[in-house]
Amino acid sequence: MQLFRAVLLRLATTAVTLSGVALIVFVVIRVVPGNPIAMMLPPGATDADIARLTAQYGLDKAIPEQFFIWASGVLHGDFGVSITARQPVLDLVLGRLPATLELSIMALVIACVLGGAAALTGTRGRGTGAEAAIDIANGVALSIPDFLWGLVLVLLFGVLMPVFHISGRVTPSLDLPFVTNFYLFESVARLRFDLWADIVSHMFLPALALAIPLAAIIGQLLKQSLKETMHLDYVTLARTKGYGENHVILREALRNAVLPTLTLVGVQFTFLIGGTVIIERLFSYEGPGEHGD
Amino acid sequence: MARQAREDTRGALQQSAGWRLWLSGGWLGLIAMAALMAPWIAPQDPLAQDLFLGRLPPVWLAGSEPGHWLGTDSLGRDVLSRILHGARIALIVALVAGTLTCVIGAVLGLLAGFLRGWVDVAISRLIDIWMAFPPVLFSILLIAVLGPGLFSIILAIVVIDWTRFARVVRAEAMAQGAMDYVASAQVAGRGRLSTMATEILPNVLPTIVVLLTLEMGIAVIVEAILSFVNLSISTDDPTWGGMIAEGRTSVHQAWWVLVFPLITLFLTVLAFSQLGEGLKDRYDPVLR
Repeated sequence: MQLFRAVLLRLATTAVTLSGVALIVFVVIRVVPGNPIAMMLPPGATDADIARLTAQYGLDKAIPEQFFIWASGVLHGDFGVSITARQPVLDLVLGRLPATLELSIMALVIACVLGGAAALTGTRGRGTGAEAAIDIANGVALSIPDFLWGLVLVLLFGVLMPVFHISGRVTPSLDLPFVTNFYLFESVARLRFDLWADIVSHMFLPALALAIPLAAIIGQLLKQSLKETMHLDYVTLARTKGYGENHVILREALRNAVLPTLTLVGVQFTFLIGGTVIIERLFSYEGPGEHGD
Repeated sequence: MARQAREDTRGALQQSAGWRLWLSGGWLGLIAMAALMAPWIAPQDPLAQDLFLGRLPPVWLAGSEPGHWLGTDSLGRDVLSRILHGARIALIVALVAGTLTCVIGAVLGLLAGFLRGWVDVAISRLIDIWMAFPPVLFSILLIAVLGPGLFSIILAIVVIDWTRFARVVRAEAMAQGAMDYVASAQVAGRGRLSTMATEILPNVLPTIVVLLTLEMGIAVIVEAILSFVNLSISTDDPTWGGMIAEGRTSVHQAWWVLVFPLITLFLTVLAFSQLGEGLKDRYDPVLR
């Protein structure tokens, strides 16, 4: 019952926050100078043309009324039609979501592996040069955003040592028998491991670029929690029982230390999905092989 | 023994902090010099195109031309000169956007953290809502509507990033506000706002300075990202992000167009963040 109430409360706050976000974005976009109609028409358009199109899109109404029209549409499941793409907005977003989700999940997996390995190695070699090296690597990984890591990876593994693809989602000449947009999952489900390898080879660098700063955050937090846990009595007890250092870290300390990291991973994943845009653009991830390399 | 160990790590920390401060400060000094003196030290005009000298490699490779130290891009513009001139735009964005963001965010954070009550509720709610929106998307959206330009970039950074300051400063001001020295200032008859300015602010200032340094690095990166998606200044003006975008498309033919601005941007962002971390290690009262 208590859990039920907590979930209900959380849902209510989320609804308030979402409405706030919608309202602010709407107002900001409509209040700042700049006119979507002017962008749609060629430079020589007359004032009458502009006025006609403005009325057609309802942009001459008061801003509160515009917001009300948009919001009531959204509540009925109608998100409107994109002005530039001339397709329903919901279809556009949902069509691209699978690609973004697959990329984010892969990035998260890589980040957990890298960050976990860094934290465990740092804990195993605490007080030695290994720990210092891992701390420095963490610091650098954290201060450089994914956009720059992406460019560095393009240079290193796309140009200098061309082992991975740096553009597109699959090789365009390959024939895809897929019905969904989840290429990675569907290639496994259909046991087409040749396609799977090609898709992974396209996804690896963008996913790694997204993963590097995230791995640093995970590594830092997990290492800190491990450090605190290693001083607890039950860990000392395990040690006096004669267990080796690896057993103590992996089997005893890690189980408690991993909890805060799990919470962090959940929160970071939502940021990850929101932050893939630039990386997708950098690797031309949308639309297979735009640049043909 | 434990105490000895703690003192050792503290010594090591301060030492490494010293190194970091010197290295990052030195690099940023170089960039500042480049920005100030770009018109005099740049070997070529950064806008001059010469299609006969397009995609020349750096001087140490075969086929290069003297005077183009780091080669030229596809339009024959000199890479080194463009990097030097690009430092101007990068630093203007870093200083102006960083400072404005800092002032607005810190004032709101101080008010929320010290005055509490409905002011805090209103500002905190605003921060929550603001942070629910992905920053990169938000900035692209803003620039798309405002139209590209130096002013738009700075405005976008300020509008999006004030929460970074407000959140941290609010928490710090709250912690400071609970201290006895604040209570005694109040008892001595100080007004609320004057207590905030003379008692709380000086104690929160170290945190604000660290955040400001980090924010400047972020501003440089945001400018580069927006240039990369063609939403920055006009495409002619030399910006590091614009050069990187151009270099990305011709990376198989002329890697130097991408590599040199990328290294510059990488080191500058790293220097700003390491300067911030170094300052934190040196002046953070918890560590000291």
